[in-house]
Amino acid sequence: MRSASLTGAGDGDRVELAVTGVWTAESAADLEKLIDEAARRYANARRVDIDLANLDRLDTFGAWLIERLNRAFTVRGSTARLIGLSEVDRGLIEEVRLVDRQPPKRDATVNRILLALDGLGRAMAGIGSSLVLLAHLFGALTIVVLGTLAHPARMRLASTVHHLERVGWRAVPIIVLSTFLIGAIIAQQGIFHFRAFGAELYVVDMVGILVLREVGVLIVCVMVAGRSGSAYTAELGSMKMREEIDALRTMGLDPIEVLVLPRILALLIAVPALTFLGSMAALYGAELVCTLYGGMTPEIFLARLRAAIWLPTFAVGMIKAPFMALVIGLVACVEGFNVEGSAASLGLRTTSSVVKSIFLVIVLDGFFAMFFAAIGM
Amino acid sequence: MNSANEAVISVRDLVVGFGGATVLDHVTLDVFRGEILGFVGGSGAGKSVLLRTIIGLLPPRRGSIEVFGTELARLKDGRTRRAIERRWGVLFQQGALFSSLTVRQNIQFPIRERLRLSPRLIDEIALAKLKMVGLDADVREKFPAQLSGGMIKRVALARALALDPEIVFLDEPTSGLDPVGAAEFDALIRTLQRTLGLSVFMVTHDLDSLHAVCDRIAVLVDGRVIATGPIETMLASDHPWLKSYFRGKRGRQGANHAHH
Repeated sequence: MRSASLTGAGDGDRVELAVTGVWTAESAADLEKLIDEAARRYANARRVDIDLANLDRLDTFGAWLIERLNRAFTVRGSTARLIGLSEVDRGLIEEVRLVDRQPPKRDATVNRILLALDGLGRAMAGIGSSLVLLAHLFGALTIVVLGTLAHPARMRLASTVHHLERVGWRAVPIIVLSTFLIGAIIAQQGIFHFRAFGAELYVVDMVGILVLREVGVLIVCVMVAGRSGSAYTAELGSMKMREEIDALRTMGLDPIEVLVLPRILALLIAVPALTFLGSMAALYGAELVCTLYGGMTPEIFLARLRAAIWLPTFAVGMIKAPFMALVIGLVACVEGFNVEGSAASLGLRTTSSVVKSIFLVIVLDGFFAMFFAAIGM
Repeated sequence: MNSANEAVISVRDLVVGFGGATVLDHVTLDVFRGEILGFVGGSGAGKSVLLRTIIGLLPPRRGSIEVFGTELARLKDGRTRRAIERRWGVLFQQGALFSSLTVRQNIQFPIRERLRLSPRLIDEIALAKLKMVGLDADVREKFPAQLSGGMIKRVALARALALDPEIVFLDEPTSGLDPVGAAEFDALIRTLQRTLGLSVFMVTHDLDSLHAVCDRIAVLVDGRVIATGPIETMLASDHPWLKSYFRGKRGRQGANHAHH
């Protein structure tokens, strides 16, 4: 087969363009140059005959390019016609003739400052509406909890235990390991710097208070948000995408009761338990570093720890844990229910679930700090 | 190109299975150039498995599949394989449109990946394909989630046709469409097949489609192709499965629709 070409012949007014060879997708880039050049060179022609008799093969790409050449002449008022068109190719040429001329609309240029303001406004409205949705879900959950208290048989124990195993029991190794390392690192840094003042002993005070009040619960919450919050969002989101949640509703079941309550209940049990384990692991890590690196004996460490902390220090951390769990669970479920049809939306919501819940956990921690300071704990 | 009996796909003694189960048991089948082959069989009989094996998504246990005279499974050269893959298009059952891309971007995706063309030409070709499958230009900036089931099938067909393939694989193209939409889709497939000179391998359950557009029908029962031929052969057969499939209550309705 001949390679594709377009040759023109004729005087200024009348031109005959001969199309030869294979006009298909592979050569479309070169053909586009050919037709653009021909349209430019014979811009003054009044009558143009496009001869297709020597065309070997044609596909949509070639047909469209021939049509585009044709239009380039007719739009200027010249008469262009196709001659020598074979029966095989006629259908294709007629098909592309129907294509509208208008090029795809590009976004009109808009003021960049307006665009930035628009984005800011939308982001603010987004934050507002997500807080409303959180409150909405919290309200719905409260109603379901009250209903369950009235009829304890409606409680989904099997589901709760299943989720408890996933978010609690299976999280134990990684949480214990991370908090152990955090405790050890804090103790090592403390000893290294406090040694300059000869105050190594106060490292125990620092580690004890820091771990029990703040770090234990925060590390656990960050891990749980990343590990379980994201899983909740992805599960509920893909159920939403596949209309499973609508199916539940039509069967007269409340998705909050069936899906949300067991998940949040599991978190409410798991997070305090993990906080306790994590705090103990962190203290153990600190003790190990104090004895191996700081030169204390375990007895001194324990005696110092007993002097530094009292029950409320421990209670502060533990009281915060269920509230944090509630925030993580609510955010994860709200984001899951807000997933729309696309895979991209699922990814976006899962990311936003983790980011939002970690942020809210930190904000909540700040409020707790002020509250406990005010009541003297 | 005009030889009527040139097989574009020839499947020989194909065996496919999962674990202990054999789904396709020595299947032999040809698809000839320029025909629409309807592939039928009960649910779970392995129709989609054959389709997926031909396009290389499932490995065969035994037997050979030649596409355009080349056996893909033996092909070590990735370039030749891609060149052959370029010559077919696949319409998946659920459309399988990329949900993060707009309709226009979905149709342009194979063109952008396989050919180096100017942005203007890519836009125009996408528009032409959209027109071919009977959609208006105003859907092109929509996302798949915003489309109805019928529109998704049409956009997916436009994407399958983006590179002007020679073979098109359709996996239940009319499932999930209302009868009017399904009839329109059948007509569209027939028109495009004539215009573009396509060979079509169509897995279907739709008796109307079988009557209206298929040149030949192949029937898969118990992992074997028990019959191939035009619809008249199927209607005349005495095989109990074919009798109940084509001449059952729904089968007769399909025949009436097609010949009204």
